[in-house]
Amino acid sequence: MPISESEVRRLASLARLALSEAEVARLVGELEAIVAYVAQLAAVDTEGVEPIAQVTDLEHPGRPDAVVAGLARDTALALSRQHDGECYLVPKVVER
Amino acid sequence: MSPALAIAEAVNRGTSARAAVERALAACRAERWNCIVRTCEAEALAAAEAVDRRVRAGERLPLAGVPIAVKDNLCITGLPATCCSRMLAGYIAPYTATAIARLQDAGAVVVAQTNMDEFAFGSSNETSCYGPVRNPHDPTRIPGGSSGGSAAAVAAGLVPIAIGSDTGGSIRQPAGLCGCFGLKPTYGLVSRYGLIAFGSSLDQVGPLAADPADAEAALLAMAGPDPLDATSVAWELSAPAASLAGLRLGVVPAHREGLQPAVRAALEACCERARAAGAELVEVELPHERYAVAVYYIIGTGEAASNLARMDGVRFGHRAEADDLAALYAESRGQGFGAEAKRRIMLGTFVLSTGYYEAYYRKAMQVRRLIRDDFRAAFARCAAILGPVSPTTAFRFGEKLADPLQMYLSDIFTIAANLAGIPALSFPCGRDPDGLPIGLQLSGPPGSDRQLLAWSRALAISAGVPLAPCDAAA
Repeated sequence: MPISESEVRRLASLARLALSEAEVARLVGELEAIVAYVAQLAAVDTEGVEPIAQVTDLEHPGRPDAVVAGLARDTALALSRQHDGECYLVPKVVER
Repeated sequence: MSPALAIAEAVNRGTSARAAVERALAACRAERWNCIVRTCEAEALAAAEAVDRRVRAGERLPLAGVPIAVKDNLCITGLPATCCSRMLAGYIAPYTATAIARLQDAGAVVVAQTNMDEFAFGSSNETSCYGPVRNPHDPTRIPGGSSGGSAAAVAAGLVPIAIGSDTGGSIRQPAGLCGCFGLKPTYGLVSRYGLIAFGSSLDQVGPLAADPADAEAALLAMAGPDPLDATSVAWELSAPAASLAGLRLGVVPAHREGLQPAVRAALEACCERARAAGAELVEVELPHERYAVAVYYIIGTGEAASNLARMDGVRFGHRAEADDLAALYAESRGQGFGAEAKRRIMLGTFVLSTGYYEAYYRKAMQVRRLIRDDFRAAFARCAAILGPVSPTTAFRFGEKLADPLQMYLSDIFTIAANLAGIPALSFPCGRDPDGLPIGLQLSGPPGSDRQLLAWSRALAISAGVPLAPCDAAA
């Protein structure tokens, strides 16, 4: 399956990933080769096979609904490059 | 007695833990393979003192004073955890991974953090932002990856035990290429809490060691259900039989294809010695295993793209300057991630995106079931499967870096175990004509982890492999 530059740009936008022109050009060929390789799965007969997302056979494991200490706010905020002591700071997203 | 257990024995008898810890710290500081990204002197010496106090108070600790090195994707409170990525430069873990906390509780002392492929994406340790790790057996060659730093640290004798993670072979392949033992446990046996996630349905934390008795001690310390990991499972790890006599050992005829001649010869010689020791060799088929790499690069990248979405520049990690929020996300990620991380995020986004999900992701989940069922059928006929870890011994730097698909195919024999959730280990079993270690793989049904370690020990000893670090590194 051919992968176009515009498809690479669409994926990068979905992934919130800024790419240079050179990176876009290189990824066109790389993704095309990898997608061509994984496309061999089309040859496997999977009629009636239930997909599995995990292999533990666990179903809805539960645990006691008990209050336990989580990450303290100041500990979490300290990992951020920009915060005001209460919240993370980001560029304004709502214009008014 | 194995190196780690000898240290624990001495410390439990009253020898201070400090000496072994200082020796390991000095070795890690002086190492020349770039396998250590940082040592943690102050924390290690304080931990050694705490171990001494516990022993004096009458406790007996299975890993008392044993210095360990930990892959840089496992969180330890107060220490950096960067996954060897610029994206997490400056990140200091606010909590400790359950697996590491349990090792510490058992008396182990973390002395250093090890180099790895960025976010564990790689099979050669060439994608680390700290630069590549050199193989202690030949510094012109790669150590394997992604736990290349952990494997090299053990092979070079810096520490008796190192901890790694394995999503598609990241413990076993470097262990094989560096000539040590490396176990990927049964999925769910070891908690993933505090392991920075790559492929959540595939990731397992496991030990690397020069002697499988040390790997077993580390495994026993780490194993067990954890309320902080809903996918952790209680497994009964009963004491294993050491003898190969009567073992029904499976071999897969297709595994002999495409191997470097020395690897193939080592596999055949190992089969012969197992037979001579009383094992019965059984031919088994894994008909869907040849699709494992394709399934893995769909499921693994889909999970990786989802897991890495949290690296957004806002809450932790690298943050770019930007005027609007969308650009802040995109620029932070564009600047922070290296080429292989970007490639996997893009591929994962592709296989999960509208229009492609059915053809790729759903299909891969179906074939994953077929691969798991193949193993179930095989283990009805044999107790373990013996095969190669890698098609070749350690390759040279740059050899596969330009061709991602070739790099992905170097994991062809290790990936299926992650897809099936079964335990699998790499053990040293000879050298090629250049003196490079050859690893072989032993896999078994879920929960057979300890038994696999015991059999691999017998197989390595029968091959005359010294259960010790490599001579060249001394």
